[in-house]
Amino acid sequence: MLSLTLKQVSLALREGRISPTELCRRCLNRIKKTQHLNAYISVTEELALKQAEEAESRLLQGAPRGPLDGIPFAVKDNFCTRNIRTTCASRMLRDYAPPYNATVVQKLLDQGAVLVGKTNMDEFAMGSGSTDGVFGPVRNPWSYAAPYREHTGAATAADSEWVITGGSSGGSAAAVASLTSYLALGSDTGGSTRNPGALCGVVALKPTYGLLSRHGLIPLVNSMDVPGILTRSVCDAAMVLGILQGLDIRDSTTIPAPAPLTELPEDLDVKNLFIGIPKEYHAPGLSEETVAQWSYVADMFERAGARVEQVSLPHTQYSIVCYHVLCCAEVASNMARFDGLEYGHRSDVDSSTEAMYASTRHEGFNDVVRGRILSGNYFLLKQNYQHYFVKAQKVRRLIADDFKRVFGSGVDLLLTPTTLTDAARYSDFTQEDNRTRSAQEDVFTQPVNVAGLPAVSLPTALSRRGLPIGLQLIGPALQDKKLLSAAQWIEQRVGFPSISDYEHSSKSRTEREQTSAV
Amino acid sequence: MSVFSLCAKRTCCVLVKRPSFIPLANGGHSNAAKLNRTNSCVQSHITNVPRLFSSQPHNPKVPDVATWEAVTEDQLPTPTQIPADLVDKLERLALVDFRTKQGLACLEKAIRFADQLHVVDTSGVEPMDSVLEDRALYLRNDTVMEGDCGEELLQLSKNTVEEYFVAPPGNIPLPQREERAAMMKHSEFSI
Repeated sequence: MLSLTLKQVSLALREGRISPTELCRRCLNRIKKTQHLNAYISVTEELALKQAEEAESRLLQGAPRGPLDGIPFAVKDNFCTRNIRTTCASRMLRDYAPPYNATVVQKLLDQGAVLVGKTNMDEFAMGSGSTDGVFGPVRNPWSYAAPYREHTGAATAADSEWVITGGSSGGSAAAVASLTSYLALGSDTGGSTRNPGALCGVVALKPTYGLLSRHGLIPLVNSMDVPGILTRSVCDAAMVLGILQGLDIRDSTTIPAPAPLTELPEDLDVKNLFIGIPKEYHAPGLSEETVAQWSYVADMFERAGARVEQVSLPHTQYSIVCYHVLCCAEVASNMARFDGLEYGHRSDVDSSTEAMYASTRHEGFNDVVRGRILSGNYFLLKQNYQHYFVKAQKVRRLIADDFKRVFGSGVDLLLTPTTLTDAARYSDFTQEDNRTRSAQEDVFTQPVNVAGLPAVSLPTALSRRGLPIGLQLIGPALQDKKLLSAAQWIEQRVGFPSISDYEHSSKSRTEREQTSAV
Repeated sequence: MSVFSLCAKRTCCVLVKRPSFIPLANGGHSNAAKLNRTNSCVQSHITNVPRLFSSQPHNPKVPDVATWEAVTEDQLPTPTQIPADLVDKLERLALVDFRTKQGLACLEKAIRFADQLHVVDTSGVEPMDSVLEDRALYLRNDTVMEGDCGEELLQLSKNTVEEYFVAPPGNIPLPQREERAAMMKHSEFSI
């Protein structure tokens, strides 16, 4: 039951094959069993059971609020949740319980979905490994699945062998992959939803900028942040997008949805699709196995009659540099709100206001956050403003124009890798600093944020090491549905396994048999 | 029953004919290759798991080698060094401290990374600050939509009196660098 997709479990609930409270209990038990992953910062057990009971009575009366009624979900800990602590994995907000819900959270609750917990992340979403939060790193559930364990030869998965989830929404990706929630919200500023989605083998959608409200998402880079959706199938991501999208009067940067999102076509005819392969997305360091997957799926499209051509996005290489400067600059501005006065951590130093501010921020932020604030302040200095900040804004236009030109030439969607390689071992990943890692990890994901476009990462295969490999589809602004239709077409043909297919115990085998009978 | 057909049922997808799974031969990406060598004794266990297959010919539309190289040092301007007075200024502006020499090295590396922007010709290009620049954004009327939450908001603060947030004495500049460092060190011990 736990390994079903959202759509399947929704049907199971409505047909009475399982009750919301039973489902909620099973998820909560599974969270306890997978505690070693460190995917959750807070588990909202009591509240979840209460919400599940309410959903149950609605379902029993035959009046569910919608397809999500009674379905457990998890939320990254940088979305505000009313009276539930929202920490951003930082000492600064360790005890902060917001007085309101983020719009996207509220919309899910309004549908009757059941919040099971808040997920772990890099502090203030700054990172690409989910290794830099105050609550410790998140472990990739695939570290403990048979394919990787057999590969490493460590039947008990020696502690040093575990691999990272990617980030910064690693807790959300791990939650969906380890079957503790059917859906999770992440945030995506430079790839923070798609990167862990790819490394944990789940579907990760970054919608068009402005389609989903940012109200209540604690900001990192206002001009690039979007809420992200993590699910086990493309169809599920489309369902959730349909519920979350649209204008929000609390976020002036939202835009109206082009149309209500109806179901994706089950059998898409790709003959009229023009798939572009941007050649710059073969970057230095791209693994041979990922190239093979990229080529395999391109072939698949071609053989099914789609037009597949190599295209060029010439400024791709500079996108990560542009992103780096704009990110630091907006971070410097956004983080100014944390001063200890109105909410969050406050230092005991009280010799002066300035001293209190400085020591609060010294105590509250980790090295990565402080480093980005300092860099941002440097790029924004009067003498550097034109040289770095405005220069980066100009490069931003060149990157957006690259995409505009390619999509203007008739290309429907771009097919690219999501990450350079499969997941790194924690012990290897932490050999380099956060900035270097982000520059490597976000190379294929952040151009989409710079240009505000929709993109989805979906898992296509396991690597030789037994770890997921993901590919990314990129679409023109507001073509989220076309993007997901093509993603579903790929999904139907690659047959990527669920982690539950590799569980050893007889209990999970029974569960799997039940599942496969659905 | 093979794992593949199981998962095909799970997602209720159409089973398409595809070549059988054979793990890629060694000699691929260096990291993966290295790992494989050290664990060659367990290779035989994993042949039944869906993996990449090597029988697939490479699609010529997908580049098979990297199409660009990292910018080299000689293309960049001379590296920036941050003088002591600028360190002090940045710490005062940002209200965070570098903490260690490494913090400063980190900034210098971040600047070096950003210097790659200067390889790009942007003459005649307008800066872009929002991807929504070409559309009118919705603005609501300037009226109170919700309110009366003062009490609730004040409760989030560590120090309030009546309906005020309380700050320590103002208009006192941060102390000099050494004294500041001592203050930070002290505050670190108290958390």
